[in-house]
Amino acid sequence: MAQQIIRNRRVEEDRWETLPAEATGIPASPVIVPLALWKANRDELVARRTPVGVWLKPDDEPAELAPDLRHLAIVAVQFPKWGDGRGYSTATLLRRRHGWRGELRAFGDLGRDHLFMLARVGFDSFRLGDRHDPHEALAAFNDFSLRYQGAVDDPAPLFRKRAAGVSVQ
Amino acid sequence: MYRYDTYDHALVAERVAQFRDQTRRFLSGALTEDEFRPLRLRNGLYIQRHAPMLRVAIPYGLLASDQLRMLARIAAEYDRGYGHFSTRQNLQYNWPKLETVPDILHLLSTVEMHAIQTSGNCVRNITTDHFAGIAPDEIVDPRPFAEILRQWSTFHPEFNWLPRKFKIAINGAEGDRTALLLHDIGLHFVRNAAGEVGIRVIVGGGMGRTPIIGHAINEFVPWRHMLTYVEAILRVYNRYGRRDNIWKARIKILVKSLGPEEFARQVEEEWKDHDPLSVITDEELARVSAHFSRPAYETLPQVDPFHVQSLADSRAFSRWAQQNVHPHREPGYAAVTLSLKKTGVPPGDVTAEQMQFVADLADRYSFGELRVSHEQNLILADVRKRDLFAVWQAAKSQGLATPNIGLLTNIIACPGGDFCSLANAKSIPIAEAIQRRFDDLDYLHDIGELDLNISGCMNSCGHHHIGHIGVLGVDKQGAEWYQVSIGGRQGANASLGEVIGPSFAAADMPDVVAKLIDTYLDLRHEDERFVDTVHRLGIAPFKQRVYAGHERAAANDSPVSEAA
Repeated sequence: MAQQIIRNRRVEEDRWETLPAEATGIPASPVIVPLALWKANRDELVARRTPVGVWLKPDDEPAELAPDLRHLAIVAVQFPKWGDGRGYSTATLLRRRHGWRGELRAFGDLGRDHLFMLARVGFDSFRLGDRHDPHEALAAFNDFSLRYQGAVDDPAPLFRKRAAGVSVQ
Repeated sequence: MYRYDTYDHALVAERVAQFRDQTRRFLSGALTEDEFRPLRLRNGLYIQRHAPMLRVAIPYGLLASDQLRMLARIAAEYDRGYGHFSTRQNLQYNWPKLETVPDILHLLSTVEMHAIQTSGNCVRNITTDHFAGIAPDEIVDPRPFAEILRQWSTFHPEFNWLPRKFKIAINGAEGDRTALLLHDIGLHFVRNAAGEVGIRVIVGGGMGRTPIIGHAINEFVPWRHMLTYVEAILRVYNRYGRRDNIWKARIKILVKSLGPEEFARQVEEEWKDHDPLSVITDEELARVSAHFSRPAYETLPQVDPFHVQSLADSRAFSRWAQQNVHPHREPGYAAVTLSLKKTGVPPGDVTAEQMQFVADLADRYSFGELRVSHEQNLILADVRKRDLFAVWQAAKSQGLATPNIGLLTNIIACPGGDFCSLANAKSIPIAEAIQRRFDDLDYLHDIGELDLNISGCMNSCGHHHIGHIGVLGVDKQGAEWYQVSIGGRQGANASLGEVIGPSFAAADMPDVVAKLIDTYLDLRHEDERFVDTVHRLGIAPFKQRVYAGHERAAANDSPVSEAA
């Protein structure tokens, strides 16, 4: 059953199958594989026609994936617990240091209250926990109209805009 | 002090709306208890023994009189007529109702206050020297940097879900009144030989179950890089700090396990790739610094004849002036501590009436501003010496002139088991019993400078590790016991206290403190403080005196070892 996700601030059906961490077989359909499976089957996965993505656990090093990013159609970051914030740094590094411009998905134990900050560190695709309605969550992107500090979504801190007198959105 | 512009107002208003919605969703069942907990904690709301506790941020301890009046109004209308100042320069309400918290937050926002990040695993309220801007030993005014860092850390998207709480202190003076070495990050602002301002960065200090003095990982980071460098530290911590064990999750454990050199190397590596847009500009420092400009001081002589006469006329006044009045770098001015440590009142507690009264005092005598110290007292920072006598009389009428700053009865204590659901044991009754035992002012003065700190549990909110005498509440088979350490010390030479032996029952605590003091009085050299005597002689003579006649009890009751 396809699950609903938020992508580019709209709710849509998830076209990706995300394989579990312990998966060994790789289906022919569009699939997001764990990093270990990617490393074990890299050449085969690079050669295949159907799009493929990789997902990272919180303790996976994004640098390991950096040389392969050009082969991927999506990168996903797992949030195994509501309070585990490592993925925010993973996203920052993927976007800022490793130059990933494609779809960046957050998935796991997440709700609407995570969305604003997830978007700030560069996620543009979200699969929330089962209990959380993605339609209701859309409002969270507008929780705040401005930001003090720079981040992936807008690297210029407020102090660089204050001087220019930018008005509150 | 810093006043909000339209941007700051908008952000706080949006946070109130966000929290109102989170509370609504929790009350409607859309958010589970487990989901709501970290969300409410990020807004300073704990669920306590009797009621929620709301912790209001007082950024780096600076308050305007209108803000204190609002705190008084909230205490009267939404609580039971009082509040509690904590050791992190915040104010806590012990009896608000969950449903009314959004309304309280709205009221706070009207006076540029909030409860943002006063709890939860994120960057907490940034603390600094309560004499910032007036201390004779100040090198750099830390307040503009504290404000710039406050803004940067507010809703920082990458660091809102850290492994554990994160406390940053800033010091800009030669001496240290911030417990800088016992913070996750301590930023010590200094000048180099060329006169440039930079930061000595200390990381990995902390109290809690594993007290550690922090390590300097960089001797001079240019001030412009305050944000980029802190970001590098936090990224290393966010990625590699332990998340599997709450007792090993603070940054001090990561620094200890990697070693300070390796930790510093990883931070440098991370920092190399910093975003140049986050480098602080001259314009921003100037903009924020303008909020902390020198008040309109009068040109006054250093010595005020009326003040000198009053000191000669009244022994009670001169005693207060000796303990509770502090030097000021402006001639003819002084800083005044209003003691919240009157015997019989829980340390740091203040009533709504007292808050109103202190707000009026600040307006009349101190440019409408005041400070909260980490020793849980209130400070009027800019009082003319000629007004000191009037301030003393006024403060006395409200029970705010106990002349005990720096003395044994200026006890620093957390709310303890009477209120806090984390506590193993009560702290307030212990503080009161000790204060009653040492109520004689002449005796107190003879004992001299002494910090006595009480924490109701290992979270160390009462900073017991750095008390000259530290008391820690411990739980043994469901009973409340108190473990005593001596030799702790705050300041630039901070040290951690050493546990003297098996713990004591509550009723014994005044006697235990009395025996420690007697030992000191017998053995001290002239002009030696209690803590200096402990450092010269070690704990043995103190231990011997305290446990004399209790050998059997001591033998049967193995020492509690968590603090080791």
